[in-house]
Amino acid sequence: MIYVYQFILSFFASAGFGVLFNAPRAAIIRCGLTGAVGWMVFYILREGGADLVLASYIGALVLSAVALLNSRSQKMPVILYITCGIIPLVPGGMAYDSMRQIVLQEYMTALEYGFEAALISLAIATGIISTEMADQVLQTIRKKLKKKEV
Amino acid sequence: MSGELEIIEAPEKVLSENFVRDVFYIVINCGKMLLESGAETYRIEDTMMRIASSYGIENAQVFATPTVIIFSLNDYALTQTLRIEERANNLEKVVAVNELSRRISAGMPLDQALRRMEAIHDSRFFPFWLTILSGGIIGMMFLLLFDGVVADLPAAFVGGAGGVFVMEGILRYTKVKFFTEFFASLYIALTAIFFVDTGFGTMLDTIIIASVMPLVPGVLITNAIREMIRGHLMAGIMKGTEAALTAIAIGAGVGLVFLMI
Repeated sequence: MIYVYQFILSFFASAGFGVLFNAPRAAIIRCGLTGAVGWMVFYILREGGADLVLASYIGALVLSAVALLNSRSQKMPVILYITCGIIPLVPGGMAYDSMRQIVLQEYMTALEYGFEAALISLAIATGIISTEMADQVLQTIRKKLKKKEV
Repeated sequence: MSGELEIIEAPEKVLSENFVRDVFYIVINCGKMLLESGAETYRIEDTMMRIASSYGIENAQVFATPTVIIFSLNDYALTQTLRIEERANNLEKVVAVNELSRRISAGMPLDQALRRMEAIHDSRFFPFWLTILSGGIIGMMFLLLFDGVVADLPAAFVGGAGGVFVMEGILRYTKVKFFTEFFASLYIALTAIFFVDTGFGTMLDTIIIASVMPLVPGVLITNAIREMIRGHLMAGIMKGTEAALTAIAIGAGVGLVFLMI
């Protein structure tokens, strides 16, 4: 039950950002689904006791794979699904928290939040790029195989 | 490509000047629209090169950063530098330009491409009320994702929707994003405190962090790092700085309210 609940929450959060980012109307639902899948992977891993950074990495990896499938089937750029989909994962709140702690002169807490935010966004970026690179390698192999057959 | 020698001889097939200028016009405006709509640098450069070479113009060079595009058709000695003043996320435009470049690669005639490009430029937005509503929904969803309580939902809705409203509203009068974000977060902190004081809200910190979610630069930070990993170091640094500035604006807005009470 809690999983369904989390799925719905992250779906609407991603779809809401789809509206905010002026995504094409027809793509909003898929944007939401992409985000929800990414978040569910992250959430289940976190529940299972995985490290925050590792969970972010794998969440982003799966998310961009889903985004890639969506973009192939809909003939739309993959950035559309990724931009909306990573919303639940990205550490925007943490970056804000870090800056707020600086304003409140809690410098040590601020540093902690700041480094954590940087590390998580690094993990997410690496996750997305890993999928893109894997896809590129696959495409190249497929092209080479085709050339040999012809 | 690295490793190849750059060619500076005259092109084999000479195209008429008007044709080249029209292609130049399409390419540079597509690049501008992509950059203003928040596309990645590699997509911008790739799209521009692809359109140029689809019309038979080889040996083009493009250099894009978040604030400037330099585009040259080396064979025809045409170069233009474009300053980009505003950037926002507008995925519909990115999709439309991408579609256009795909069609051009498939052999779309130049005059049709010109008309399509100009049509994309005036593409529509979601109505203002829907944007504000989605800000409110985002606030409510993140409140629950951050383990908030159901009793705080109205506060998160008012905070999130109002934050987007204040930001977009001020953006119409001034283009300085720092202040729009600052005032939006100021409003959010005041709203949250008002709700908690009057008894319609309970967890102050959770309400505030959920309400600022539509404003925070999470996507920007991640994109900055992606740009850097891809080798666009300058774009990465610029976007990272932009993200830091946004976070500072929001943190300062909320922090100011906390310091005052």
